[in-house]
Amino acid sequence: MHGRVKIKSTAQQEEEKRKEREKKLKAFVSARDAVLKKRSAGEQDEEALHLTQLLLSSNPDIATLWNYRREVLLHLETLRETDEVQKLYESELLFIEACLKVNPKSYGCWHHRTWVNTRLPRPDWTRELGLCDRCLGLDERNFHCWDYRRTVVKESGVSVEQELQFTDRLIGSNFSNYSSWHYRSTLLPRLRPQPAPDSAPCASPQVHSHRVCEEQLLKEYELAHNAFFTDPNDQSAWFYYRWLLGRAEREEMISCVYVSREGERVSVAFSKPVHAQSVGLMLVLDGQPQPVEWRCAHPRFRHSPVWLCDLPPGSITDMSNEHNLTVHWTEKHTHRDCALYTGCAESWCRDSATDQELFRSELSVEKSSVLQAELQSCNQLLELEPQNKWCLLTIILLMRALDPLGHEKETLAHFQSLKEVDPMRSSYYSDLCSKFLIENTILKMEYAEVRVFSLSNKNLTTLCHLDQLLLVTHINLSSNQLVRLPPQFAMLQCLEVSVILERIAFNAVTRNPSRKKNAIMLTTVAVSAQDQMKAGFSRVLEADDNAIESLEGLYHLPKLEEVSLKNNQICKLSALESLVSCVKLTRLDLRGNPVHKTANIESELSQLLPLVTALSL
Amino acid sequence: MCSFKMAAEDLPSQFDVVILGTGLTESVIAAACSRVGQSVLHLDRRNYYAGNWASFTFNGLLSWIEEYKNQQEVQIAESEQVWRSLIDEGEDVMPLSSVDSSISNLEVFCYASEEEEKDETKTPLTSCQPVNAETESEETKGGSTEAQDTFTGDDATESNAESQNEEHQEQRTSEIAEPSQSQEEKEPQPISSPADPPVEVEKKITYQKLLKEGRRFNIDLVSKLMYSRGALVDLLIKSNVSRYAEFKNISRILTCRNGKVEQVPCSRADVFASKQLTVVEKRMLMKFLTFCLDFEQHPEEFQDYSEKPFSEFLKNKKLTENLQDFVLHSIAMVTQQTLTEEGLKATQHFLRCLGRYGNTPFLFPLYGLGEIPQCFCRMCAVFGGIYCLRHSVQCLVVDKGSNKVKAVIDTRGQKISCSHFVVEDSYIRDEQRQSTAYRQISRAVLITDRSVLPSESDQQISLVTIPPLGSSAPAVRMVELCSSSMTCMPGTYLVHLNCSSSGTAQEDLAPVVSQLFDVPAIPGEEPSGGFEERSKPAVLWVMYFNMRDTSAQDISSYSLPSNVHVCTGPDSSLGSDYSIKLAESVFHHLLPDEDFCPPAPNPEDIIYDGDGPQAEGSGFDESNNTEEDKSQAEEEKSPSTESSEPAEMDSVTQETPLDTSPPSEE
Repeated sequence: MHGRVKIKSTAQQEEEKRKEREKKLKAFVSARDAVLKKRSAGEQDEEALHLTQLLLSSNPDIATLWNYRREVLLHLETLRETDEVQKLYESELLFIEACLKVNPKSYGCWHHRTWVNTRLPRPDWTRELGLCDRCLGLDERNFHCWDYRRTVVKESGVSVEQELQFTDRLIGSNFSNYSSWHYRSTLLPRLRPQPAPDSAPCASPQVHSHRVCEEQLLKEYELAHNAFFTDPNDQSAWFYYRWLLGRAEREEMISCVYVSREGERVSVAFSKPVHAQSVGLMLVLDGQPQPVEWRCAHPRFRHSPVWLCDLPPGSITDMSNEHNLTVHWTEKHTHRDCALYTGCAESWCRDSATDQELFRSELSVEKSSVLQAELQSCNQLLELEPQNKWCLLTIILLMRALDPLGHEKETLAHFQSLKEVDPMRSSYYSDLCSKFLIENTILKMEYAEVRVFSLSNKNLTTLCHLDQLLLVTHINLSSNQLVRLPPQFAMLQCLEVSVILERIAFNAVTRNPSRKKNAIMLTTVAVSAQDQMKAGFSRVLEADDNAIESLEGLYHLPKLEEVSLKNNQICKLSALESLVSCVKLTRLDLRGNPVHKTANIESELSQLLPLVTALSL
Repeated sequence: MCSFKMAAEDLPSQFDVVILGTGLTESVIAAACSRVGQSVLHLDRRNYYAGNWASFTFNGLLSWIEEYKNQQEVQIAESEQVWRSLIDEGEDVMPLSSVDSSISNLEVFCYASEEEEKDETKTPLTSCQPVNAETESEETKGGSTEAQDTFTGDDATESNAESQNEEHQEQRTSEIAEPSQSQEEKEPQPISSPADPPVEVEKKITYQKLLKEGRRFNIDLVSKLMYSRGALVDLLIKSNVSRYAEFKNISRILTCRNGKVEQVPCSRADVFASKQLTVVEKRMLMKFLTFCLDFEQHPEEFQDYSEKPFSEFLKNKKLTENLQDFVLHSIAMVTQQTLTEEGLKATQHFLRCLGRYGNTPFLFPLYGLGEIPQCFCRMCAVFGGIYCLRHSVQCLVVDKGSNKVKAVIDTRGQKISCSHFVVEDSYIRDEQRQSTAYRQISRAVLITDRSVLPSESDQQISLVTIPPLGSSAPAVRMVELCSSSMTCMPGTYLVHLNCSSSGTAQEDLAPVVSQLFDVPAIPGEEPSGGFEERSKPAVLWVMYFNMRDTSAQDISSYSLPSNVHVCTGPDSSLGSDYSIKLAESVFHHLLPDEDFCPPAPNPEDIIYDGDGPQAEGSGFDESNNTEEDKSQAEEEKSPSTESSEPAEMDSVTQETPLDTSPPSEE
C-alpha cells in the first residue's frame, strides 16, 4: 500500500540479533582470555583496569576479575598521591554503580564496593546512603543492599533515631517488608530500652537487653495492628508482633537438685541445656567436695538440662544420718542446697514451674492489662476474619500468656480451627497443642502438689518439657497419638524415685499410613494410672494403643517395673533393646504388636530380658 | 515548522482522509490512519493544537479568553461565494460553521494584588480585558492582536502577511529575551512594601508575577486524569506514542467531608497509614475492596441489589458512614443513584488501576493534558501526515448521486478531494443537527497559593472528590496540580474544578470554591489575614466557563453524508476512555480491515528507500521522499514546540508593555 512504512521482517531482525550476539560473544571471550593472560603475567596496569571494566560491565559476576582489579588497584595505590588515589577509587565507585544496574544482586559488586570504601582516603558515606536508598526504592528486599547499608550506617555513624525513621518510611510505603520490620526490632531496644527493674537483684542485665520500654511498645502494637487489620494474611507484621510480645530469656539457674539414698545418686536439673563437664559443676556433700562423674540422662545428648552422678558407695545409705548437699554452678556463680534428713529415703530442693511462671514467660510482657487489650484487639479481628490462621495462633499465644489453665478450652477449640483452615501445618499445630497440654498438666500437677502425671486421651503427638518431670513417679500417656518415646524420656528415668509408668491403656489410634512408613521409632505410650494410683506405686509404664515403634527413651529407668505396650507398632525385637537397661523391669505386655509374628519370639525375648517374669504376647 | 510552511504553497489536491480539528479523538484517528499508510491532511482553524483539549500558558490563556470574546463579535462575518466557481455539476455544497460556540459563560476574576497600583486594587475584573487593564498594552499589542483575529476568523489569511508577521514576532522574541531576564532579577524589590512583615511578603504572589512567570503555566481546558489501565494509557503503550510524553503519578486522593479536606485511603499503604480509620474500619474497607476486585466471582453477595443503588448496597455491607462516603464518592466516584453493579464495576476499575504506576490509579502528563493530542499528531506527522493550523474547511463538496463527500474547500479556497472527512463537532452547523440542546460541563480554573491539604511534601498532585453540597448540587471533581507537574509556577497550585452543569459554571462551582478557598468578597482585594493565619489557600486568579458536552451525540444526531465522521468533544468523566473508544470506532468505520494504532516500529527497523530490497514504483518515489523529509524534519522539531510557539509569542507581546513600564524603578 502507498505510503506505508516498510519495516524489517522478524526474520531479518532475528538474524541481525543473532549476528550481534555472536560478535559480542567473540569479543567477550577474547577480552577474557587477554585479561587472564595479563594476570598470570603479573601485569598490574591501567590497561588491566580498562579490560576488566569492559568485561565486568557486561557481566559483573566474575569474582576472578574483581580480584584481579583489587590487585591492580592496590598496586596503583602505592604509586600515587592521596588525591589521585581518591580519584581512582571514586571512579571505581562510579563503575560499580554502573555494574549494579546490570545486576543489582551481584555478590561481587557489593563486596567490591565495601572494599573500595575501606581503601578510599575520604569516603563519602552520605552518597553511599543515598545509593542504598535508591537501590532499596527499586527492590526493598535486596538483602545485598541491606547488608551493605548496615556497613555504611555503622561506618558513618547515622543515628539510631534516623534509622528508625528510615524503617518508618519503608514500612509506610509497603508493610510487607520483613527486612524493615526486622531492622526495626534491632533498633528499638537500642533506642528505647526497657529500664532495668531495680527491684529484681537476681535478674542479670542481659535478660532485658532486647526488651523495649512500654511506652514505645504500645506504639509498636498499634503499628502492627494497623498492618494486620489492613491485611491479616501478610505475615511480616504478625512475626513482628510476636517479637513484640516477646520471648523472655529464662534466668540461668539450677532449678532442681534431687537425691536418693537407695540409688546413692544425685540428679540436677538446669534451666537450660548445659554441658556439665565444661560449666564448672561441683558437688559438695557435708562440706566435702565430691569427685563425682557427671553423666546425662541419655547418651545421645551432649547438652542436657538434666545431669546425674553417683555418690561414692555408702556415703548416704545410712537412714539415720542427715546430709547436706550443695551443687555449685561456678560458671554462673550460682548454687542450690539440698538437705537429706534422717529417715528420709529421698529429698529435693527446687523452684517449681509455677514459681518460675515458666510457661507464661514465652510472652514476657508483665502488664497483663496490656496483654488483655491485645487479646481483645485480636478477638475483634477474629470476628471479622474467622478463618485467619495468624490471628488464631496469636490469640492462642496471648491466652497462654494471660492464663493458660483458664483459657484451656478456648485454646483447644482454636487449635481445632487452625488445623481446619491450615491443614498443611496441622502436624505443627498438633505438636504445639501437645506442648501446651503438657505444660497445663505440669501446672495442674504442681498446684496439686502430687508427683502423678496423667495425660491420657489428649491426642498428644509429641512429648516435651520432660525435664520438668524429674520428680514424677506416675505417668499415664494412654490413648494418644504418640509415635515415639524420645530419648528425653530418660530424664524421668534418671530419677531414682519410683518412676512408675502405669499401665498404659492403649485405645485404638487412627494411624497415618505415611507416618508409619517414615517413622523409624514409632512408639505410642498411654498410661492409665487411676487404678494403680489407688493401689499405690506400681512402677508400671503403660503405653497401650499408640503407634510406638521404638522405646529409645526407656533407658536406665532404675525403678521401672512394668511396661504395657498393647496395640502398638513394635515390629522388631531390637526396638526393645533399651529395656535391658531398666533393671527392675519384670512385667511386659506386648499384645497387639507386629513383633509377635517374629519367629521364636518368646525365647528371643527371654534371652533379651531375662528378668521379665510376666510376659504377655 | 515545516508543515506550516505549506500554508504558503498549495496543498496537495488529494488525500485519503481530511481531518478537521486537533482534539484528542481527531488526533488519534489521524495517527491511526497515517500509521497504516493513509494520506492524512489534518487541519485546525485555531492557532494551537488540541482544540478544547488544549493547554495554555497563563498569557496564552489570556489570549484565548480574548479570542473567545472577539469571536462572538465576528459571528456574522462570512465570505460566501468564493467557492462557487469550484463547484461542478452534480455537486452540492454543505458549508461548515466558522464559529466555535462550545465555550460559554466565561468569567474571570483576579485576586492577586497589582502592587504597583496600590490604590486601584479594588477594580473589579470581569472577563480578561481589564486584567492587565492598561490601554498601553492594548496598543503595543496591536500587531499581534490583529494577527490573532485573522487566525480565528474564517477568512483565508494572506500567507505573505502571515509569514511576515511571524518573522516580526520572532525578531521581537529575541529582542525581548534579555531585558525580561534582567527584569526578573530585579523582581524581589517591588514586592516588598514597608507596611508588611518581610516573611509574608516573600510568599505573596502578585499578578505581575503571574504574567512574568506565565510560561510556567500549562492550563488545561478540560480536566481529566489518565486511569493507569484505561483505554488511553493502553493505547499510548500499544502505539508507542507514550515515548513522546512524560507522566507523573497522582500522589493522593482527597475528599471533602463536613467542610474538612482529608485523604482517602484507597491503596493498601494508605489504609495502613491512615490515622482517621479505626483498625476495624481498616479491615472492613480492605475486605470490601478485595471483594470488589473480583466481585463477578461472588454474585451471591450483590445479586439482591442489582436493581438497587450502590449506596444501599454499601449500607448493607455494614461499612461505616465514613467508609460508605469514601467508596461511593472517591473510589467508585458515582452518584447516590448509581446502580449496584455499575458502582462495583467503577470500584473494580479504580482498584485495577492501583499500583500499576504508583499508589493511586491515575497518571497526569507533564506539561498538561494538551500534550496528549499533540503526541498523536506527532505520530501522524512522523508517518507522513500533513498539518496546517489556522487553516480550516469552509465547506464540503457533496456528490449528489451518492450523497458522499468527494472534496472539501479549505479556507484558502482550494478544493481538496478526499474519500473520508473526519470533523470535530464544533465545526458542524446547526442546520445539520437534529437537536441543538446540549449537556454542559462546568469548569473552573484557579491559581492558588498553597495546597488544600498541606503535607510534608509541597509537590503533591491531588484528586479531590467533593460530594454534592446539597441534594440538587452536582458532585464536583477537583484536581490540584503542583509546580513539578510543569503546569504552574513554583509557589502556586493550579486547581481544576469540573462537574456536569446544572447552571452556569460560576453558579455550579463558586460555592465549592468559597468552601475550600479563601476568596475575598471583592475581586482584586487581597485575601484577609496573613499567609499563616489563613486556614484555606488563597485564590489568586479564577476563571469559570462552560464547555459543551457533546458526548451524548451519535450518528443519528446529525444529517451528514455517510463518509463524514463527527468526533464529539471531551465528555465530563474523569478518564478519556470515551474519546479513545470513539476514535477506534471511527477508525474501524473508515478502515474496517486495518489494525488500530499498531506499535510504531523502532527507527532502526525502518527500511528507507534505497535501503530496502525492493523499491516502490518510480513515480511514487519523489512524493514519498518529500514526505519522508517532512516527517524527519517533523521529528526533529516536535509539535509541542511548534504549538507552544504562538502562545509564546503572545506572552512576549503581552509582556512588552509591562517590561517597558518601570514600576519597580522607584
